[in-house]
Amino acid sequence: MSNEKTKASEEQMAYAGVLNIGMWSGLALLIVTFFVYISGLLPTFVPINDLPKYWTMRVHDFNVALHAPTGWGWAPLVGNGDYLNFIPIAILSGLTILCFLVILPILIKKKDTPYAVIAIAEVLVLALAASGLLKVGGH
Amino acid sequence: MVHRYSRVIILLLLLALSLLAYNTTFASQDVHEAAAVAAPAPEHGDADAPDAVPAAPVSTTPWWIWPLALFIVTFILGILAVLGGVGGGVLFVPIVGGFFPFNIDFVRGAGLLVALAGALAAGPGLLKRNLASLRLALPVALIASAAAIVGAMIGLALKPNVINTLLGATILFIVFIMAIAKKSDFPVVPKPDNLSQSLGIMGIYREESLGKDVEWTVHKTPMALAMFVVIGIMAGMFGLGAGWANVPVLNLMMGAPLKISVATSKFLLSITDTSAAWVYLNQGAVLPMIVVPSLVGIMLGSMIGVKILAKSKPKAIKWMVIGLLLFAGLRSLLKGLGIWP
Repeated sequence: MSNEKTKASEEQMAYAGVLNIGMWSGLALLIVTFFVYISGLLPTFVPINDLPKYWTMRVHDFNVALHAPTGWGWAPLVGNGDYLNFIPIAILSGLTILCFLVILPILIKKKDTPYAVIAIAEVLVLALAASGLLKVGGH
Repeated sequence: MVHRYSRVIILLLLLALSLLAYNTTFASQDVHEAAAVAAPAPEHGDADAPDAVPAAPVSTTPWWIWPLALFIVTFILGILAVLGGVGGGVLFVPIVGGFFPFNIDFVRGAGLLVALAGALAAGPGLLKRNLASLRLALPVALIASAAAIVGAMIGLALKPNVINTLLGATILFIVFIMAIAKKSDFPVVPKPDNLSQSLGIMGIYREESLGKDVEWTVHKTPMALAMFVVIGIMAGMFGLGAGWANVPVLNLMMGAPLKISVATSKFLLSITDTSAAWVYLNQGAVLPMIVVPSLVGIMLGSMIGVKILAKSKPKAIKWMVIGLLLFAGLRSLLKGLGIWP
């Protein structure tokens, strides 16, 4: 039997709520976009039959050989079946940032300054990772 | 009976992996002998014509065999991960990297997304039941996610043979940790440290097996945060979920109860792996043809695994999973060293 003391905090419940909706939406969309991809309903950036020629390559060589985009360069290509899948992948990868933004006002309202600062710092770290500004050198 | 089925599942998996490894090696040799021919330009819509590809190995196996094989193998891995009490990522990367023709860059990108999806799926339930603690996870996650970015960048800059060698050595180390590590349901924390006190890292949860509420607090927080720098780097570098390392640090070092440690570790992966996944995504190291069958396979396998778990003997299965990891770790190491290409 649970009581008030063992209940999750307000921010924890808010985080869980957003995570739950975002996770299942992202996953469902991922399955739909994958079927669109393999069904051939949309053109593909890399023809599916040619994929085995390229997936053995290092990512750098793959990008050079195919002129494949890096960073957010995939966004204008979502009309292609393969890059369409990047929308749900980005939703799943971006969900945590949204969760932190949701709990931030709650932490500020509670005057929980250390955790508000941690939440802001976490958003900045994840936003930096998502920004595409970080470059890995060639090989 | 279930125990016997588990053994059969592992034997079938080993057989399938051996066939895959043989096929991958054979196809690769075939190509190199055929010619160092530049792969023909794919005819994609509005993009520029691609450059000549440097001696791309061309498998004669139809493309659809690989995602299908990936789905079957990851489905089995999903079952074993639950029964063996390990995360899917730690099994996924060495096994798929060692036995499928995909470059290790794409395998690590997929591994992170597989671990991320599992953590995102488990997170809401664990948070709502107050088993995963946001107060414990947040400071740790900040350190680990920043370190995972560094790890991902290092990992993508290293050569595949170096990555495979380091991955093999890491997996063998994980096998060692799994074999010897002890866990404590309710570790004794004599006195919380200053940092955990000032951050208010503590909690109370309902322990149904005892029928009572359990209060918990932690100690050695600064030392644990330093450990999470290393864990984050390794998670990003190898695309592994880091549950194998999170749980011992949270449980044995910080003194959080085992249930809180396991649940918080699972939730923590959703933050740590997010930062590394973005680096892989932005570098183009994510192929939907590898990611989606793996993700669906491992999640469906996990659901079946949870049902089998109730009737299984976890200790025996844990040793089988350790054996499987040992095999996959050796394969990675030998592949990296060029002994078993």
